[in-house]
Amino acid sequence: MRLLKLVPDDTNIDFLRWRKVASFMSFFLVAVSIALVAVKGLNLGVDFVGGQSVRVEFTQGMPPIDEIREKVGDIGLGEATIQQFGSDKAVSIRTALPDGDKSAAERAGQQLVSGIQKAFPTAKTGSVETVSGKVSGELIRTGAISLGLAILGISIYIWIRFEWQFGVGALGRLFHEVSLTFGLFAVTQMQFDLNSVAALLTIVGYSLNDTIVVYDRIRENLKKYRKMEIVPLLNLSINETLSRTVMTTVAMVLALGMLLLFGPDVIFGFTAAMLFGVFIGGYSSVLMSTPVLVWLKVGPHSFVPRTTAGMDGGERVERKDDGAVV
Amino acid sequence: MLDFPRWKTIGISIILLLGIIFSIPTFLPQKTMDSLPSFLQAKVNLGLDLAGGSHLLLEADIVDLRKTQLANMEKTVRTAMRGESGPDDDIAIGELSTAGGKISFLVRDQTKLDAARERLFSETQGAGLTGQRDWSINVIDSARIVMTPTSAGQAQAVKNAMDTARDIIDKRVNALGTREPTIIREGDDRVVVQVPGLDDPAALKELIGKTARLEFRMVDANADPAEAAAGRVPVGSEIVPYAEGEGSGAPFEVLRRQVMISGEQLIDAKQSYDPQNNQPVVSIRFDSGGSSTFAKVTAQSVGKRFAMVLDGKVLSAPSINEPILGGSAQISGSFSVASANALAISLRSGALPVKMTVVEERTVTPELGADSIRKGAIAGIIATVSVLVLMLVVYGRFGVYACIALAFNVFLIIATMAAFNATLTLPGIAGFVLTIGAAVDANVLINERIREELKRGRKIFQAVELGYSEASRAIFDANVTNVIAAALMFWFGSGPIKGFAVVLTIGIVTSVFTAVTVTRMFVAHWLRTKRPTSINI
Repeated sequence: MRLLKLVPDDTNIDFLRWRKVASFMSFFLVAVSIALVAVKGLNLGVDFVGGQSVRVEFTQGMPPIDEIREKVGDIGLGEATIQQFGSDKAVSIRTALPDGDKSAAERAGQQLVSGIQKAFPTAKTGSVETVSGKVSGELIRTGAISLGLAILGISIYIWIRFEWQFGVGALGRLFHEVSLTFGLFAVTQMQFDLNSVAALLTIVGYSLNDTIVVYDRIRENLKKYRKMEIVPLLNLSINETLSRTVMTTVAMVLALGMLLLFGPDVIFGFTAAMLFGVFIGGYSSVLMSTPVLVWLKVGPHSFVPRTTAGMDGGERVERKDDGAVV
Repeated sequence: MLDFPRWKTIGISIILLLGIIFSIPTFLPQKTMDSLPSFLQAKVNLGLDLAGGSHLLLEADIVDLRKTQLANMEKTVRTAMRGESGPDDDIAIGELSTAGGKISFLVRDQTKLDAARERLFSETQGAGLTGQRDWSINVIDSARIVMTPTSAGQAQAVKNAMDTARDIIDKRVNALGTREPTIIREGDDRVVVQVPGLDDPAALKELIGKTARLEFRMVDANADPAEAAAGRVPVGSEIVPYAEGEGSGAPFEVLRRQVMISGEQLIDAKQSYDPQNNQPVVSIRFDSGGSSTFAKVTAQSVGKRFAMVLDGKVLSAPSINEPILGGSAQISGSFSVASANALAISLRSGALPVKMTVVEERTVTPELGADSIRKGAIAGIIATVSVLVLMLVVYGRFGVYACIALAFNVFLIIATMAAFNATLTLPGIAGFVLTIGAAVDANVLINERIREELKRGRKIFQAVELGYSEASRAIFDANVTNVIAAALMFWFGSGPIKGFAVVLTIGIVTSVFTAVTVTRMFVAHWLRTKRPTSINI
């Protein structure tokens, strides 16, 4: 049986030629994402802002959103956020955190459920969440801390295992991936809740695998081809790992695509975010995570133990300045 | 590469076999599971977001606890100063105040100051291991005693209250007869209650949200209603409002501060019906001490009224027509059968030492949960199959090995989770997907490397050997970083993020084992027995 090759043998694509364009694009996208988050904001779920959220399923045809909005408004809990939820029969109805003590959210939750049941007797309330302001604040804090620490811890490990330039590269890449995903949440206004944080962490983890694979090959080639200039060496490394990158990306896209198409609607947003993350990950490992190494002047010297190099000058390979200039 | 020692093969096979055996119970229905031997009973629990059920996070009202603590100490002070052996033993005190969270009072006879201190000293206790007492007792202006709760004492009080609260909530939830509720303390002042399969948390909240502090107190007949309405009541009495929907006419009663009998003296409470109007009521029975007090007081007070007070609200205030001697009574109010039953359970399980408020609630109906699981399982199978097909088409025989390893990986994750009795939640599934992805990636790395080495003209055995050893470094680094991330998330993250971290950690270990070690075993075995001259990869 002839096996399928997703990438032809011996590719020799000059990826680094596009590094300026790619870097510009990445900077641009990160800036746009941050701006989007700042301007449009994230559609934060009750996990993070407090309040109450009810998932309503309409078994006998869904009334127009405006009608739902009006009737929910009559319950007297203020403006409601109403969002279609996966299928075309279900919506999530969210109202803001009521004023008052910490039990206010709980009471408002009951009020919302009974109000909806009265307004739409045939509708089913599938899930109810109420989170008080104090708890939501804590959830934001722990979520942000764990995300930040995970990224930092990973970068430190890469710095120790590789070299500091690689640590910086990984940090930059993780920041890139996370910002772009936040940008996606801002532009689609998909609900951002604790499950989204899990999706974000998955993207971080996946992107990490990619970074390490490429970096590992660069480290190997730096030791192997001491006299090669950095740009061709990076190109070689990317080309050598290209078939793996493509294969893994295709496998992940396939798996996530199926989850997106056939999975339950509760994981829709979550899968969509991961799928997006895989796409950025593919782009990043080919075009984005290597230019940093050129700027930070990684060379064969990066992996020669400094003490030995000092004592035994003959082994030392001169730094190629021309190869390190952008 | 080729010398894969026998003991290793046997060891790996045993691990894989255990993985399969211990993952099976998870897929079996509960009924079949019950008939299995106990060591096979462990299974993966499904989180409430998948299986349906209610999750409540309750927070103690520490301010309220401090108030109660202060009130109790005030009572203790009064009793202690009264002395045990009659009026001669009394120490006269005055200007008792509880302002500012401290107890302060004047000892009238200065010669008795030391004796007063002595008595208080025996009433306060050491707090924890620090040797610090729970109240510090100071004398100021040579006649005034000031008692301040110490921080160690307060911390101890919160801890004790929370332990008791947890136990009481446990009793109440279990009395509902629900299946396998989880009740755990979280942090300093919180309790998490999780009840699988429960889709209407209102009753649950009704049940556990009640402090259930029951008191019987006399109605102050001397109080002038007009004065009371203006907020002025006789010394030793106070205004107590009626509970919602109770009482007729005045919205409150003026009650004596002194408590006749309290809920601690109950030995039983159950829901029953009032024989006169067939309304649901709660029948209670007192212990012997309570019975005799109740008999004595009611005998002295025929024709007067007493009030039943629950959590600081009057439920009813009937007249005493005749002495109540049997040690049993009925609490009436506007109850439904369910609410009477809930009150009975609350009273039976005792009063919560501190007021608890629901600060977070998540409820998923079982139908929605079941729907999610069904669709999730189908989608998961389709996703896995498509990845397997891809591996097969791209790597041939090596793809088959990867697929087998992947299947084992799934079993091992489930088995490990079952062994730890871990809970699978929605974010947990994300962790699952990520580790499956990592496992696929590991095999892709190895196989691509083998291809590369073959292309460079290496011999088959050498290429396979190099493929595994060279790829292992990247696989190792990638997975260690993920473990670091998972560990940090576990320590610092909350709920869902923790769930993700647990699955990720387990999955990383098993996926490295299956993707590297297990496939290597297959490959080695094949190479050794068949000695192929060319391989198709």
